[in-house]
Amino acid sequence: MREFQYSRASSVSDAVASGATFIAGGTNLLDLMKHEIMSPGRVVDISRLDLDRIEAEGEGLRIGALVRNSDLAADLRVRRDYPVLSRALLAGASGQLRNMATTGGNLLQRTRCPYFYDTATPCNKRDPGTGCSAIGGVSRMNAVLGVSDACIAAHPSDMAVAMMVLDAVVEVEGPAGTRRIPIGAFYRLPGDTPHIETVLEPGDLITAVLLPAPKPGEHRYRKVRDRASYAFALVSVAAVVRMDGDVIGDAALAFGGLAPMPWRVPAAEAALRGQQPSAALFDRAADLALEGAKPQEGNAFKLPLTRRTLAVTLAEACGLEDMQ
Amino acid sequence: MTRHRKIDHPDDDNRLDSMAQGVLGKPVDRLEGPLKVSGLATYAAEARPSGMVHGVLVRATITKGRVTAIDRQAALALPGVLAVITDPRMVRYSAQGMADKGPKAGPQTVDYHGQPIALVVAEGFEQARHAANALHIAYEEEPAPVDPDAVTPEMPQAKQKAQGDLDAAMRDAAFGIDSTYTTPTLMAAAMEPHAAIAEWDGDNVTVRAALQMLASDRKQLADALGIELERVRLLAPYVGGGFGSKLGIAPEAVAAAIAAKELGVPVSVALTRMQEFDITHRRSESRQRVLLAAGADGVLTGIGHEVLVSNLPDSPFSEPVTQATPFTYQAAHRRIVHRIARVHRSCAGSVRAPGEAIGVTVFEAAMDELAEAVGIDPVELRLRNIPDREPGTGRPYSVNRLGDCLREGAHRFGWSQRRAPRERREGEWFIGMGVAAAVRVNMLIESRARVTLTEDGAKVETDMTDIGTGTYTILRQIAAEMLGLPVDAVEVHLGDTDFPPAAGSGGSFGAASSGTSVYLACEDLRTRIAERMGCAEAELRLQDGRASFRNDTRELRDLLAGEVLVAEGHVEPGDAEKQARQATWGAHFAEVAVSRYTGEVRVRRMLGVFACGRILNEKTARSQCLGGMTFGIGMALTEAVEHDPRSGHIVNRDLAAYHLPSHADVPAQDVIFLPDRDGFAGPMQAKGIGELGICGAGGAVLNAIYNARGVRVRDLPATPDKVMP
Ligand SMILES: Cc1cc2nc3c(=O)[nH]c(=O)nc-3n(C[C@H](O)[C@H](O)[C@H](O)COP(=O)(O)OP(=O)(O)OC[C@H]3O[C@@H](n4cnc5c(N)ncnc54)[C@H](O)[C@@H]3O)c2cc1C
Ligand code: SF4
Repeated sequence: MREFQYSRASSVSDAVASGATFIAGGTNLLDLMKHEIMSPGRVVDISRLDLDRIEAEGEGLRIGALVRNSDLAADLRVRRDYPVLSRALLAGASGQLRNMATTGGNLLQRTRCPYFYDTATPCNKRDPGTGCSAIGGVSRMNAVLGVSDACIAAHPSDMAVAMMVLDAVVEVEGPAGTRRIPIGAFYRLPGDTPHIETVLEPGDLITAVLLPAPKPGEHRYRKVRDRASYAFALVSVAAVVRMDGDVIGDAALAFGGLAPMPWRVPAAEAALRGQQPSAALFDRAADLALEGAKPQEGNAFKLPLTRRTLAVTLAEACGLEDMQ
Repeated sequence: MTRHRKIDHPDDDNRLDSMAQGVLGKPVDRLEGPLKVSGLATYAAEARPSGMVHGVLVRATITKGRVTAIDRQAALALPGVLAVITDPRMVRYSAQGMADKGPKAGPQTVDYHGQPIALVVAEGFEQARHAANALHIAYEEEPAPVDPDAVTPEMPQAKQKAQGDLDAAMRDAAFGIDSTYTTPTLMAAAMEPHAAIAEWDGDNVTVRAALQMLASDRKQLADALGIELERVRLLAPYVGGGFGSKLGIAPEAVAAAIAAKELGVPVSVALTRMQEFDITHRRSESRQRVLLAAGADGVLTGIGHEVLVSNLPDSPFSEPVTQATPFTYQAAHRRIVHRIARVHRSCAGSVRAPGEAIGVTVFEAAMDELAEAVGIDPVELRLRNIPDREPGTGRPYSVNRLGDCLREGAHRFGWSQRRAPRERREGEWFIGMGVAAAVRVNMLIESRARVTLTEDGAKVETDMTDIGTGTYTILRQIAAEMLGLPVDAVEVHLGDTDFPPAAGSGGSFGAASSGTSVYLACEDLRTRIAERMGCAEAELRLQDGRASFRNDTRELRDLLAGEVLVAEGHVEPGDAEKQARQATWGAHFAEVAVSRYTGEVRVRRMLGVFACGRILNEKTARSQCLGGMTFGIGMALTEAVEHDPRSGHIVNRDLAAYHLPSHADVPAQDVIFLPDRDGFAGPMQAKGIGELGICGAGGAVLNAIYNARGVRVRDLPATPDKVMP
C-alpha cells in the first residue's frame, strides 16, 4: 500500500469539493489499495455522512448511498415490495461483508477478473494499454456479452442486477450539481477504455438510489456459483414477471456474471409479453438475451448455463409446474 | 530416565483399558480453546519483540530464468526501507516434510512464477510491501514448460509395479472399466498464513514460526543458514492449521533469519494470502486412469491405476496417488504406473493426505462405475473384493475393518433406500446416494517426550505441535490416564525445540507417535511409583492422585514426599510395521441433490464410519473427521487452482476465488468410530485419524451425483457447468 492522506467528509458538499477518492464500507477499496491496484493520494471517508436512510419518495423508495447491504436486504418495505432486491443482496458476499458494504460502494465495486488483481500481469483496466491477460488466459469469471478486444471483465455485483430489473435511478451530486442517472445509462461498456466504467466524473458522489413504484408480479433472483454461498455469480438472473391469466402480462429480466454491467435485453422481455409460458418460449428469450455473445474457451459454458438458469427462474416465476 | 521402545512386535495388552482414571477417549474440551477464542494464544506473526521490523518477500514475475539486476537504490530511497536482501542462502520454496536438509537455495535462479527472489525490509509492513511491489528487477528469461500434458513424463522404475497380466485380464473380463479422471491442483489453504519472526542472540537464532514438524524443521533451517543445529531454536506453540503446507521450513523463515542477522534486529516475515498461493506447496494436479476387470459376479480379476502428476525438475516429491491401491482390493492381475511431468509450476508437496485424498477418491468413483456395469450394489461390490491378506506381499493385515465400516455405514445411513439413477426427484432436484471406501496408510514416527511428576501434578514437554488438531488435549489425557490424575492436574508444553524432539504433526502420525512417547514416559513413572508401593507396575492402580495396590491406598503426594520424578519416553518404529499391512479404514456415505437445470449440487447429508484404532478424544477425533469430510466436499465440488496457461502461475490466488467449501456447502455430517484396537500400532493401539476423513469422501459425493442425475463427472471438481447435462 502507498501512503495516502485521509480525512473525513463533514458534508456532501465538502466531499464533492474534495475531488478525492471516497471510502464508504471499504470492503473493496481497501483490498485494491493494499495490492496497489488503486493508489489514491487522498482518501475521503464518507461513511459518517447522513446518507444512511431508506425513505419513501413518491410511489417508490429513496435508498441513501450509505445504507448497508445488510440493512437494505432486511428492510420490510424492500422485502415486501422489491423482494428481488432483497434476494439479490442476500445472495452476495457474506454476512460480515454485507454489514460493511454500502449501496453506493456496491454499485461501484470493481471487477473480480483475477488478472486485474495481479499487478504482475498485463491488464488494460488496471494499466491502460498493457493488454488483456484474461483473453487467452483463465476466463471462468469473465464476461461473454458487451465485451471488447481490450477487456472481458464482468461486473460482479448482485445488487446492481436487481436494481437494473427494477429500473433504479442513481442520484449523483457533482461539482455541477445534482444529476439523476437511470441505472441503464450509468455503466459504460469497455470498448477501448476499460478503465472507465461509469459515467461518473471526478468529484461525483452517489447520494442515493431511487426505486420507482414497485413492479407487481413474482420477484426472483437466481444465482449460480461455484459454491453454495460466498462466491461471485457464474450467472445470475433477476426476473420480475406478472401473469395475466395464463399468459405473461409483463416481464423484466436482468443478468449478472455475463457482462461488464448488469445486463438487460428489452427484446427478450418483449418476446415473453403476451405469451403462454413454455420451455420453448424461455429458450427463445434466452436466444435473444445471449445475442452477440463472444465467449472464451474458459467461459463458453455460461451460454447454456444462462439458458437453463433463465428457464428455471421463469418457470418458477410463471408457476409452470413441469418443464420438459 | 528414558523408557525406550521400538515397536518390533504387536502389543495387544491394551493396558490403557485397565487404567482407572477414565479420561482417555472422553470428549474433553480443547485445553487451549479459551486462549484461542480470546486472542491470548499468540500465533507466529503476532509476537512483538522490541525493535522488530518487517520483511516482505519479492516474487519472480517470470516462469524460468535468472535475475540479472535488482534496482536496490530506488527501493532504499522509499520511506522506511532498510534493506533489500538477496542472500544466496535464501530458498526458492519450502522443504518437503521430514527432509534433513534445507530446500533449494539461490533465489537468483527462477524456477517458477511467484518464487521469492529477494526480501525487502522496512520499518512498517506496508512500507515493505510497497517497496517490494515497486522493486525493479531485470531478468534473463528461458522458455519453460508449464503444462503437464505437454511434456514427456519421467517414469521412475521403482514406482512402477505389476503382477500378472492386466491386459489379458481386461480382455477376458466379463466386465471392464477403463476410465480416466483428472483432479486439479489443490492448496492447503490453512487459516493462518505462514509467518516467521527471527531474533538473534549472538550466534544463536530463535525463530517463531508457523510449522508442523519442529525437529526436522530445525535441521532444515540450520542447514539452510549454514550453522550448527544447536544454534537454532524454533518456537511454534500455536499453529493455525497446516494441512501439509507447514511440514518443511519455508522461504519466510530462512529470509527472516538472514535479515535479522544482517540488520541486528528482530525481523518478521509474514506471507499475505496471495503469497500463500504463490509460494507454498501445492498438491499436484493428476490424471488418473483406472482399469478394472471383473467377472460376472463383480469379483475383480484385474486392477490398474496409471497416474500422471507433476513437479519441478529437481523436487524429490511426487504425489503418491496410488498409495492405497495395492492393498485395498484383491485381484490377481495388477499394474501401477506412476509418471511425473517436470514442469515449472510452483513446487508440489504434501497437502491434506497426499496420495489417498485424490487416489482413493478417484478409484472409488471408478468402482462405482463397475458396480453400475455389473449391476450389483456398490457396497456389495466392495465387500466381495476385500482381500484376506495384502495382495502381492501376502502379509496379513494388522486389522482390516473395511467391511465392518461399509456394513455399519450402510445400515446407519439407510442405504437400502437408494434407488436407480434419476429415480428420486423432489421438484427441481434429483436426489441420489453414493458410497466410497476410506483407506489411508498408518505410520509411526520416532518421538520423544518428557513427563515431570511433582506433588502438584504432571507436566508434559515435547517439541510436538498442535496445529489446531487437539494435541495439547490428548497428551494431557494420556498423561492423566496413566498417572491417575484429573486432566486439570496435567500441564502440556509444546512447540519448542528446547523440549525433546517429537514426530511433529503430519501424515496423521502425530497423535499416536507423540502420544506413545508420553505413554512410555508415564509407564516409567508408574514403575517408580509401583516400587514405592512395593508392587509391580501392572498391579498398580492410580486414580485421582492416589496410588493403590490391593487394599493399600496412599496419596501420590505422600509417596513423592517432595521429590520430583522426571521420565522421558522414546518410541521408534520397528519390525511390526514390516510384519503386517497397517492402515486405517472407513466408509463414506453421501446424499446429494442435483438441480436438473443448472447442475448445482447440494450435499444433503454425509456419514463417515471409521476404524482407526483407539480413540484418544472423541471430540477432537470427530472434529478431525468432520474437517476431512468437508475437504472431501471441496475436492468433489468446489476446489480448484487455475494455472495460467502461459506462465503456469496460480491465477485464483485468494479465498474468494479458491473455493473452499463454505458453511452453506456443508450439511449435517455424522461420524461414527467403530471400537478398534490395533496392537501393531504400538502400546496404545492408536492410529492416525486426521487424514482418513478426506480419503474417499469426495468419491461418495461424486457417486451420489451419478445416482441422482445419471452424470459421471470425471474432471474434478463437479462445478455446475460439468454437471448440467
Ligand atoms: C470476498 C468478497 C466477496 C464478495 N462477494 C460478493 C458477491 O457475491 N456479490 C456482490 O455483489 N458483491 C460481493 N462482494 C463485493 C461487495 O459487495 C463490495 O465490496 C461492496 O458492496 C462495496 O461497498 P463498500 O461500501 O465497502 O465500498 P468501498 O470499498 O468503500 O468503495 C468501493 C468503490 O466505490 C467508491 N464509492 C463508494 N461509495 C461511493 C459513493 N457514495 N459515491 C461515489 N463513490 C463511492 C469508492 O471510491 C470505491 O472506488 C464481495 C466482496 C468481497 C471482499
Ligand atoms: S479482462 Fe479486463 S480486467 Fe481482466 S485482464 Fe483483461 S483488461 Fe484486465
